[in-house]
Amino acid sequence: MKGVSLAIEKRLHADRRTFDLAVRFESAAQVTVLFGPSGAGKTLTLHAIAGLLRPDRGEIRIDDRVVFSSAQRIDIAARQRGIGFVFQDYALFPHLTVAQNVAFGLQRGWFNAGTRAVRCEQLAPFDLQPLAHAYPADLSGGQRQRVALARALAGQPRLLLLDEPFASLDAPLRTRMRSELLALRHRHDVPMIVITHDPDDVAALGGQVINLDNGRVVG
Amino acid sequence: MPADAITPLLLTLKVALLATALATVFGVAIGKLLGRKRSLLRDTAESLLTLPLVLPPTVLGYYLLVLLGRRGTLGGWLQENFGISLIFTWQGAVIASAVAAFPLILRAARAAFAAVDPQVENAARTLGLGELKLFVRVTLPLAWRGVLAGALLALARAMGEFGATLMVAGSLPGRTQTLSLAIYDAVMAGDDARAQTLVLICLITSVVLLIAAAQLLRRGRPERGA
Repeated sequence: MKGVSLAIEKRLHADRRTFDLAVRFESAAQVTVLFGPSGAGKTLTLHAIAGLLRPDRGEIRIDDRVVFSSAQRIDIAARQRGIGFVFQDYALFPHLTVAQNVAFGLQRGWFNAGTRAVRCEQLAPFDLQPLAHAYPADLSGGQRQRVALARALAGQPRLLLLDEPFASLDAPLRTRMRSELLALRHRHDVPMIVITHDPDDVAALGGQVINLDNGRVVG
Repeated sequence: MPADAITPLLLTLKVALLATALATVFGVAIGKLLGRKRSLLRDTAESLLTLPLVLPPTVLGYYLLVLLGRRGTLGGWLQENFGISLIFTWQGAVIASAVAAFPLILRAARAAFAAVDPQVENAARTLGLGELKLFVRVTLPLAWRGVLAGALLALARAMGEFGATLMVAGSLPGRTQTLSLAIYDAVMAGDDARAQTLVLICLITSVVLLIAAAQLLRRGRPERGA
């Protein structure tokens, strides 16, 4: 079966409060939207899929490949899951240029590519060539998001995860980036899971919607 | 500058720089191992490793003698297998200074690593990097300013090291007598002129190092902010 299937449990402690995450869903859709209020466990779920959060119990499959299973003692490292991740605040490398950021995952050596030496074909499709030598601090919100997308897609992942990709953009830009994201999905033919708490995003992106509330799938 | 003042100056610089390098390697590695999360175990470990800063240098010197001396655990082993004795050598002075300076770099490094955005490190993981390469390509470049500041404090501490060095390496002119030891020696011998010269050299060296450090920290600032 193509797609993602997961059934995980995780108990987290913070400031003497406990939060129980118990999420179970399957989706073979090209676009899956994780929808719910903040604190619902959307980001935790996405991190578990990417291998950045280790569940206490359960199983996660991506395209029939088991990437986590407590029963079978399988826990594939994040770096080997082949997942592209666009973080909420984009998490660009502040010490690297746009070109170095995008090419980061293509170079597996001990050092980052030199600022001038780095060659990257991934810049053009994202209109990033004029900004190749700029640093993240110089970019606008929309430009940062494009860099984050180009970086996540450079290694040709088999799944793209996006954590609130439009939250920090203003309304007109948000509309534009939504359609850019959908165009991108067609071009790269990569399934994606998108987190949002904005009903407009749900309407615009379509696909399968998973409602999360208080650590559980509802509705 | 009188010739007999250059020897202790060069020795001081050699010992202090090597001690700082040694302390930095261990401070960075252990600072990374202690990690971002705070827990009773980690904080206790950090407190114990900070002891060299808090204890009187004589206590430090005593324990270093116990460890490195001919009948010490490490010292006996070195003597037996390699014929090496660190007591009364400048290498022994390096170790004494490195231990004294180590807590400063450890604390600075741990704080600097903790200040790096964990999400940026996660991004490197999803892009296929293992933990060591991630440390070299992301964490260290983002934390180097804090690490360097700690290394400068460590250098200052190593330059001024007196008590532990005296106990471990002695005060042998031309061999283990660093500036701070030579000044004490000159004062005790009633040689005011020599003491004055040495004090001036010490002062000038320290000011030059401070200015160089400030330049280094300013030049390294990423132009576009980070």
